[in-house]
Amino acid sequence: MGMTMTQKILAHHAKLDSVRVGQLIMADLDMVLGNDITAPVAINEFPKFGKKTVFDKDKVALVPDHFSPNKDIKAAEQCKALRTFASEHSITNYFDVGQMGIEHALLPEKGLVGAGDLVIGADSHTCTYGALGAFSTGVGSTDMACGMASGQAWFKVPSAIRFNLTGSLNTHVSGKDLILHIIGMIGVDGALYQSMEFRGPGVASLSIDDRFTVANMAIEAGAKNGIFPVDDIALAYLDEHCPRKPVIYEADEDAEYERVIDIDLSKVKSTVSFPHLPSNTRTIDEVGEIKIDQVVIGSCTNGRISDLREAAAILKGHKVAPWARCLIFPATQKIWKQAMNEGLFDIFVDSGCAVSTPTCGPCLGGHMGILAEGERAVSTTNRNFVGRMGHVKSEVYLASPAVAAASAIKGYLADPAKLQEER
Amino acid sequence: MQARGSVFRYGDNVDTDVIIPARYLNTSNHKELAMHCMEDIDSEFIKQVKQGDIIVADKNFGCGSSREHAPIAIKESGVSCVIARTFARIFYRNSLNIGLPILECEEACDGIKAGDVVSVDFSTGIITNETSGKKFQSEPFPSFMQALIQAGGLAPYMVEKGKQA
Repeated sequence: MGMTMTQKILAHHAKLDSVRVGQLIMADLDMVLGNDITAPVAINEFPKFGKKTVFDKDKVALVPDHFSPNKDIKAAEQCKALRTFASEHSITNYFDVGQMGIEHALLPEKGLVGAGDLVIGADSHTCTYGALGAFSTGVGSTDMACGMASGQAWFKVPSAIRFNLTGSLNTHVSGKDLILHIIGMIGVDGALYQSMEFRGPGVASLSIDDRFTVANMAIEAGAKNGIFPVDDIALAYLDEHCPRKPVIYEADEDAEYERVIDIDLSKVKSTVSFPHLPSNTRTIDEVGEIKIDQVVIGSCTNGRISDLREAAAILKGHKVAPWARCLIFPATQKIWKQAMNEGLFDIFVDSGCAVSTPTCGPCLGGHMGILAEGERAVSTTNRNFVGRMGHVKSEVYLASPAVAAASAIKGYLADPAKLQEER
Repeated sequence: MQARGSVFRYGDNVDTDVIIPARYLNTSNHKELAMHCMEDIDSEFIKQVKQGDIIVADKNFGCGSSREHAPIAIKESGVSCVIARTFARIFYRNSLNIGLPILECEEACDGIKAGDVVSVDFSTGIITNETSGKKFQSEPFPSFMQALIQAGGLAPYMVEKGKQA
């Protein structure tokens, strides 16, 4: 029987000719990632594995991005633990404030993940790198410690859902709308323990940033990973960023999928996830009148340059509603500088937005944009659980950068296409 | 290997943000984390939980973040076992890796309510609702997983295994 793309990558890294669904394998790792929340726990666990140093100082990445720049003394101690460990073990890929970006935008940008790689990260959104044809998945701190010590991790070979994409997305509709649409359709456990493999002629119409966004939120459907084929668009990105030669795996023609879902991209509408689950979706024409207090544009899901360009194109010449705040978080230093050089910051600041240094802060209710009781935010982030962005009685509406920008202007959840018509 | 205690009962999609809100993740101290366990969906939990108690929930328990702080907070609060219809995959892995036993069992979830006293035998997979007298069969842990949980998690287990080899 044929294998899926994911199964082939797993088999190769386990030095096996083939694998089958449910098989337990021990696989070699190309990269092990941790951040300032998860790595301190892993660093405490690390000595227990009986190794004096990490398996490969070039294959561990430590990124203090969550509560940094340090939000309080405790957070500072956690970041310090990373800094000390990185120094003691001569970790090549440690990125302190100044070089730091949001990990899942930073690693591809630095060329640290490539096609065909097997990556684990102690952060659930590690699945982002599937956009580049890598198998990448989130794990906990103990797995991270074990990975740093041994260069290996065990996996149960997943079955897969195949998403057969056709057509292309309409103006103002992006990868975020596509993945919210999918999560709304299959639910927050719709792909539990499974791979989400995106295939079909529609893939070619998705930009690499759209693919990062889609793969990033595979975890919100419970998936182990999300993965795209390595086509010319992915190769162009890899050629620019990753010095290693891409290793391209393709799903076999007779690969078995538990489910095949056809999606015509031209039918996907701007989509919003209402509180308190990413699967609680409505299309923009069905949202009703939702007055908002805050807009967040950024994160590992939507803090890339094309996201900022999309938001700026909508905000240009308009003001943020007087009762609302709009916070912009470019995901990395490089994206920050690029946005500045393209004049996007002028547009944001003239509109009344605040532009921040890269951080995960507001996405998880850490710092830099916490919500008060009863407040509502439209956010381009990835989760809207109870209390996610602040007070337990606050609300988060997940949306694309275009919807978020339009909502900032209106002060209500708003359709960017309608806003355009009004102009 | 056994667990026994009274039950806290929750529904579908109990996420890691309510198990341990991110605002408390500026520490990895187990006791501090446990003080805020389940706070955002059940403020009574931490006041009432006793050593050995059991959490029973419905679908997709532990969805969301990869934070190992979630099973750590649950284990440190005194909970001896979590039973659910299904678990989110990272939470599942993390729980076993830190030595918190968790079991998937649809029938047990149908037949257990809040406050029931439940016992679990991990070697046979039998879950007994002592309040109602009903028994449920879940998949027993293989012997290596029982050894891993008894050792206190993946790291001590690997070290013990290394010594034996």
